[in-house]
Amino acid sequence: MDRVKTETLTGAEIVVRCLQEEGVDCVFGYPGGAVLYIYDALFKQDKVRHVLVRHEQGAAHAADGYSRSSNKVGVCLVTSGPGVTNAVTGIATAYMDSIPMVVITGQVPTHAIGLDAFQECDTVGITRPCVKHNFLVKNVNDLAVTIKKAFYLATTGRPGPVLVDIPKDVTQHTCEFQYPDTVSMRSYSPVRKGHAGQIKKALQLILEAKRPMVYTGGGVILSNAAPQLTEFVRLLGYPCTNTLMGLGSYPATDRQFLGMPGMHGTYETNMAMQHCDVLIAIGARFDDRVIGDPAHFAQNPRKIIHIDIDPTSISKRVKVDIPIVGDVADVLDELLKALRAGPRPDPAATRAWWDTIATWRAKDCLRYDRASKIIKPQFVLEKLYEVTGGDAFITSDVGQHQMWAAQFYKFDKPRRWINSGGLGTMGFGLPSAMGVQLANPGATVACVTGESSIQMCLQELSTCKQYRLPIKIINLNNKYMGMVRQWQQFFHGNRYSESYMDALPDFVKLAEGYGHSGMLIDKPADVEPALREAFMRKNDLIFLDFITDQAENVYPMVPGGKGITEMILSEDL
Amino acid sequence: MRHLISILVENEAGALSRISGLFSARGYNIESLTVAPTEDASMSRMTIVTTGSDDVVEQITKQLNKLVDVVKVVDLSEAEHIERELMLIKVRAGVKERDEVKRMADIFRGRVIDVSDNTYTIELTGSGEKLDAFIHALDSSTILETVRTGTSGIGRGNRILRV
Repeated sequence: MDRVKTETLTGAEIVVRCLQEEGVDCVFGYPGGAVLYIYDALFKQDKVRHVLVRHEQGAAHAADGYSRSSNKVGVCLVTSGPGVTNAVTGIATAYMDSIPMVVITGQVPTHAIGLDAFQECDTVGITRPCVKHNFLVKNVNDLAVTIKKAFYLATTGRPGPVLVDIPKDVTQHTCEFQYPDTVSMRSYSPVRKGHAGQIKKALQLILEAKRPMVYTGGGVILSNAAPQLTEFVRLLGYPCTNTLMGLGSYPATDRQFLGMPGMHGTYETNMAMQHCDVLIAIGARFDDRVIGDPAHFAQNPRKIIHIDIDPTSISKRVKVDIPIVGDVADVLDELLKALRAGPRPDPAATRAWWDTIATWRAKDCLRYDRASKIIKPQFVLEKLYEVTGGDAFITSDVGQHQMWAAQFYKFDKPRRWINSGGLGTMGFGLPSAMGVQLANPGATVACVTGESSIQMCLQELSTCKQYRLPIKIINLNNKYMGMVRQWQQFFHGNRYSESYMDALPDFVKLAEGYGHSGMLIDKPADVEPALREAFMRKNDLIFLDFITDQAENVYPMVPGGKGITEMILSEDL
Repeated sequence: MRHLISILVENEAGALSRISGLFSARGYNIESLTVAPTEDASMSRMTIVTTGSDDVVEQITKQLNKLVDVVKVVDLSEAEHIERELMLIKVRAGVKERDEVKRMADIFRGRVIDVSDNTYTIELTGSGEKLDAFIHALDSSTILETVRTGTSGIGRGNRILRV
């Protein structure tokens, strides 16, 4: 091996050089005492851009949105103590949705650790349950290899956030810098290839199905397997559903797409999930919001094939018949090879099944009152879809607006729908949209939110101004925490305990206060023109405050703990 | 069902809390946990005794395997294995009790490892049941202090857990 030229660098310089070596072009962060040397090293270079947020939660969400929309690793950099604790919500959000992120945190100097020093917290301890892995680097000689490991762990296997905690003195110390090309860990070797025998068995079952259903989740997006999934589903001619995390991995405008499954899934999808004879689960984890009560789900006999990279996802809530542990893209490639060469299912065999699905579809479960004099939130989403040609990046916060966006914006491409599915983090929408916009300069980015969620990370409007991020904020303002209100209406006797949002700000003035523009829209006829005007203004952040129907609910709805076919449908069905 | 799970884990700071944290976060039981470095000082061997249905124990082994610091996991109770636990027990042994305590220790193949005017400290190894039986065999009023290591286990014959 050639002798590689090394150089002596400080720990802080090593951090920055490692980021450069990993091809990181953008870091989201907030400076503070423990990371001052790292910020100094950032100042002295121009390859890695730093985006200054207004709160560390925003840094984590922005890095997360950056990653979700680009398949690159999102990086955030925060200081010790409160810098870390503020970022924890964002780290946990990324962890629940398996988003590859590297979080670099400052720590008090090694000699002060454990002495309750100023801005000290047990970062590794606090974040342990919400990261894929974390490290405390106590020696500058370990720094480069640890950062290499962090990127390796974040991006391989089931992805996730990895945190590297660096005491201040380690960033001052110097050592010879050499960035390792590869890293191997005897305790970590994720499987990529699926078991050939299992794939063969699965294929046979798939071809024999009379009432098949393809159910796919976020794993398809994380594995960049949307093209394979689309070809797979089309070759088979089978119905397909994408979970909230998987929207966009199969074109939502395609006839074979039945809509989202689960608590607010479509009637036809939930019925098909329950009544199919072969369920092909790909990169999905049968979570409570998707299949509801597992005992109810198990009442209907069906064979289940489950493809997932994480063995713990298999047979966790639902027993499966043919598990295939492996990378979704690899396994789909194998299945496609066999399907392209070999027999295809006979369309006649599933004709009766499609006929049944057609009767379920005829329910038109997403119907709403289009003649309403008050703006219906669903109408705003439909118009948003039209005006953006279905091609925008849509981030969302959490609640009713999130479900309506998932139901009414038809995503035909992966990585366009950015939302906190697992943790359900209000406040995610705006900062994640910043990450999306920075990862995709020039793209159309909209943040669908509500008057409650938007106030949780509102300070980032200032970041948007500084970096000229022309995000369109679609605020569905019903003056309620809508989903809380809906549950209180259905399950708590209309007692709207603390779910009314009183003393709301004038959002138009607020946006103007931050140097942006705002619009107030309170008539259905104004919805489309306002959206058109906003999206024409390509360089401006526009805050669109839509005053929507306070009483509107998300339908269908499966009450918590019920079976997925025990749906509440909209009153006028 | 009771299961004996053996784990090889990187001997790194925080590895133990990752494992114990997994058990508490997911609501799994830990009856006992023992850990010490192996002949290879970079690695520790841990034995966890847990109870749960087959589904739960399958999840436990999978979740343990998923931890980045964990090198290998095996459910020893799936096949022939040996388990041992060490107990140190301090009992009152005045002139009156001495002979009886010594006799009982001999029956259980324990050894008296410390003696004072009025106490004996006895070392005893065996299965958890044997240690329980010894405790029950003694007059409970004479027991002053007990300390147990928790169960360690190893597979029989050619069943070997190593990297």
